[in-house]
Amino acid sequence: MNGPFASTLTLAVGAVLVCAVTMLWLSSVRSVVRVVAAQGIALGLVALILGVHLGDAGLIATALVVLALKGVAIPVFLAKAGGDGGALNRERRPLVNVPASLVASAALIVLAFAASRGVAAFVGTTAGTLVPVGVATLLLGFFVLVTRRRPIFQMVGLLLVDNGIALVAFLCTAGVPFLIELGVSLDVLLGVVVLMVLAQRLRSEFGDVDLDELQELHD
Amino acid sequence: MVLVLILVFPLVGGAAIAAGRGRPGADRVAWVGVAANGTTLALGIWVAVRVVRSGPLTGAGGVLRADALSAFMVVVVGTIALLASWLGVRTIALELAAGQTSRARATTYAVLVQAFVAAMLLAVLAANVGVLWVAIEATTVVTTFLVGHRRTKGALEASWKYIVICSVGIALAFLGTVLVYLAALHAGGHSAGALDWTSLMAHARRLNPAVLRLGFALLVLGYGTKVGLAPMHSWLPDAHSQAPAPISALMSGVLLTVAFYAILRFKAVVDIALGPGFSRTLLVTVALLSLAVAASLLLTQRDYKRMLAYHSIEHMGLIALGAAAGIPLAIAAVLLHILGHGLAKSVLFLTSGEIMAAEGTSQIDGVRTLLARRPALGGVFGIGLVALLGLPPFSLFSSELLMARAEFEVGLGWAAVVAVVAMVVIFVAVVGHARHMLLGPSTTTEPLAPPPRWVAAPLVGGLVVCGLIGVFAWPLSGLLHAAAHVVTP
Repeated sequence: MNGPFASTLTLAVGAVLVCAVTMLWLSSVRSVVRVVAAQGIALGLVALILGVHLGDAGLIATALVVLALKGVAIPVFLAKAGGDGGALNRERRPLVNVPASLVASAALIVLAFAASRGVAAFVGTTAGTLVPVGVATLLLGFFVLVTRRRPIFQMVGLLLVDNGIALVAFLCTAGVPFLIELGVSLDVLLGVVVLMVLAQRLRSEFGDVDLDELQELHD
Repeated sequence: MVLVLILVFPLVGGAAIAAGRGRPGADRVAWVGVAANGTTLALGIWVAVRVVRSGPLTGAGGVLRADALSAFMVVVVGTIALLASWLGVRTIALELAAGQTSRARATTYAVLVQAFVAAMLLAVLAANVGVLWVAIEATTVVTTFLVGHRRTKGALEASWKYIVICSVGIALAFLGTVLVYLAALHAGGHSAGALDWTSLMAHARRLNPAVLRLGFALLVLGYGTKVGLAPMHSWLPDAHSQAPAPISALMSGVLLTVAFYAILRFKAVVDIALGPGFSRTLLVTVALLSLAVAASLLLTQRDYKRMLAYHSIEHMGLIALGAAAGIPLAIAAVLLHILGHGLAKSVLFLTSGEIMAAEGTSQIDGVRTLLARRPALGGVFGIGLVALLGLPPFSLFSSELLMARAEFEVGLGWAAVVAVVAMVVIFVAVVGHARHMLLGPSTTTEPLAPPPRWVAAPLVGGLVVCGLIGVFAWPLSGLLHAAAHVVTP
């Protein structure tokens, strides 16, 4: 892998993963939202670099949508949803503490590389060799989703899963056709808005709770 | 053109409801949605007749396509949408009378229902697997607020669980879709059309088996979450028990099977590429797991809406098992089961909404001697359960029998036997619960007021249709066979 294309692409893809790992040791909402924005921008740059390299107008348009949506719009929403309350919004008691999370993340990254070797070889391009990074981001998203108990951090976990999958899509197939990408982006945006409204309703109904304190429904 | 109209009518209904907000006569505006869904059903039947006679239709520049399978699903969605929006008028009127909801929220509810119906119709009419994904994800976004419509603690908890679990599931389905796209591009498809059903089916033999296998496993996991197949079912009982009755009816009656429709389509591609063994193993596993979960949790159920929800998991298991058999007979039976289950289950959920409004509880223990006190409601509920448990003359009896026959034909007889054992356990459990709720002498001397005729009519009508298609296969058999051949080699 040589040349400016390969190195800038690797740098941008690497930035997505670095952001994902960084989220594991942050507990305040404000700093997590900043990392979400940084990851969105890195993801948009991946699409932009690929789009310019391939001369694919659809992919460049997709990159702009991703930059606007995941780099700006969604972080702004998240900051609004978790902005007030300050210290109340910290993740006080994650199920797994920070050092253990980092060890787990290393294990997940190794697992991702082992599991996606076959697909990476099948894709057979420079971008294809980076597919395991996308899978690692996805797995880290699952990890955040199951170990964090504040509504806002679960939203962040969902976004990580989504970004990981988007990264795999860019690297495998240069994204999906632009019209479909538009539909997907619209769904993601609406999903975040719905989650945000729900998180606010949860807070007004239950007060400041962790999600595992919700015990209304059971068999 | 007609395909576009099918999608547009529910949306126009929604827009009319939104426009009529706050004006005098806003109560009657809700009927616009019912009329719109009825029109969509009529158009769907017309399309089904045309497709059976003269082949698939396309619309909207190739984005929409209706073959026999799509047409059949449009009819199913239209039927349940008509029933659910009809009873939705009643549900909202009762909530407004009891001060449980405001006018603004009632409008939001009705508009979201129309958007929900349109999203399901788009899913089954999409020519392209990407558009299918967008439509199914849209149903999650739209229904979250509908599940949480009551704004109680339970409803909020259920809607949070619902959107988080289903978003993860649907994300995995997207990853599966990307892998299928990757395989299609390598097989020489053009990027624009590579995700079309027709092109996937045509190129199926050239798709890379390893990538396709991984992709299909993710698709079953992802869409299976929306179908409510075990072990991805945990959102389902909460969402179906907390949502207002018409929403439970729509979700259980059609949304689950619309998601299953996606699996059925991908299965057809995978079976051509890999042979039937791979999809069969996957589907049999999730099917038997679902049946086991449903049977064990139905035994100890204390809430009748949750009872109906677990019953959905059972039926999705049966459908998955039928699809695993995969021969045309099995698929035709699966489709008949999708319609029969949709009718019976939505009538039951809608009736349970009436019972809950009348009795004020969703606990099985809280409802007694219903047949004596409220013969109309108790009768519909009892007959609905008879249909759902697969007794003749209802169509679920014939479809279950046909599915079992197909399973024996392809060597899945052992799985069919396991399924029958689970069904017997479920039968005993449900009959036990129903006996508590329905039978016994009346404790009051005066009979209570029955529901108005316009409320009872669609409930009885749904059961009558379910019985008729069980006895006379004629109006459907041509469509069912054509649809089954779309997804079998």
